[in-house]
Amino acid sequence: MLQGSNLACVRGDRRLFKDVNFTLEAGTLMQVHGPNGSGKTSLLRILCGLSNPALGEITWNGTGIRTLGYEYLSNLTYIGHLSGTKDDLTVLENIRISSALAGMQITEAQARKALAYMGLKGRELLPAKVLSQGQRRRVALARLLVCKTKLWILDEPLAALDVMAVKLIQRLLERHLADEGMVIMTTHQDIEVTTFSKVNLKLA
Amino acid sequence: MFFWIIKRDLLLAVRRRSDVLTTLFFFVIVVSLFPLSVGPEMNLLRTMAPGVVWVAALLASMLSLGRLFSNDYLDGTLEQMLLSPQSFSLLVLGKALAHWLVTGVPLVLMAPVLGIQYDLPADALFVLVVSLLLGTPVLSLIGAIGAALTLGLRGGGVLVSLLVLPLYIPVLIFGAGAVEANMAGVSFEAHLSLLGAFLLVSLVFSPWATASSLRVSME
Repeated sequence: MLQGSNLACVRGDRRLFKDVNFTLEAGTLMQVHGPNGSGKTSLLRILCGLSNPALGEITWNGTGIRTLGYEYLSNLTYIGHLSGTKDDLTVLENIRISSALAGMQITEAQARKALAYMGLKGRELLPAKVLSQGQRRRVALARLLVCKTKLWILDEPLAALDVMAVKLIQRLLERHLADEGMVIMTTHQDIEVTTFSKVNLKLA
Repeated sequence: MFFWIIKRDLLLAVRRRSDVLTTLFFFVIVVSLFPLSVGPEMNLLRTMAPGVVWVAALLASMLSLGRLFSNDYLDGTLEQMLLSPQSFSLLVLGKALAHWLVTGVPLVLMAPVLGIQYDLPADALFVLVVSLLLGTPVLSLIGAIGAALTLGLRGGGVLVSLLVLPLYIPVLIFGAGAVEANMAGVSFEAHLSLLGAFLLVSLVFSPWATASSLRVSME
């Protein structure tokens, strides 16, 4: 269970948000809403522990995420605006190396399977620099298929994706939620995950 | 995981050979400029050699520092490394080690060839190689701290040299000093022991300092 209480974020002289409270139970999706510049990405980065909130505390199963440190990180997969793919590596190398660095070594067969699911079959040996924006996104999201983490924090995962890919991601999220997983995401598109509880968090 | 990061960085270096070669050629050219400009005065060249080779190695190693973290920062992989559930300091150590393998080791291998231009005797060449072998990893490790502190700053390249060059001075003094001592017929072991000590201290402290600076830079 992830819980945030009285979170506030300040950037320079501007206060982006304050008094943000939420509780995220297993099997729940939390969608963060808000106009551009309302601090959605900042909130997600704070939830990952990449930056500190100006005020407030985040707890994972009752313990602060700062105290948990690597133990919290081992439950977390974050996919941000930047795809985290290396232009000079092939698609296959990219997913294998990024998974290994996230503490989850996968075999080539596993990697190929994940890429095929994401519709990248036949492109495994291309260097990532020749991929389109949407395909890069697919490579980044393929990591979700091989990771075994409980909490997914996704910053605009649907950006640059086509309709088919959005459906794939929707199915993927539903499967993860059915496995007692948790998802926090921002998106400007409407995403429907039927039969699972969805919390909305609005940033002013 | 430590090996994965080294493997990755070496793979990237192989795919982008030009980055490695520019550093190496910079070193070769700077070292070769001196005999050409000073002229064939053997005694003068022999006295200059250790200093020139070491200064060139210093500058060459610094040249590539800008790329140490900035590429990973720009494409988001550094962010992912910060979120890795394993020790971030160890990852940083892996990156510094890969940097040394890519920039330091070629310099060490090239140095004896360049030393011939300066008419260095064989045993002085040997000491030069050993001193570089002990000293260049220290350059990578200290440089990593500077690269981490200036990450994402405008004009970071100039700033990193201002930060890092003063810290390179002890390595320079004892590295070049070892070769000079050998040529003067004095024992050079003390110099090398000190270089070894620098290496051990920087192996322990630099990854930790680099990891902390990266955390701050990434906020």
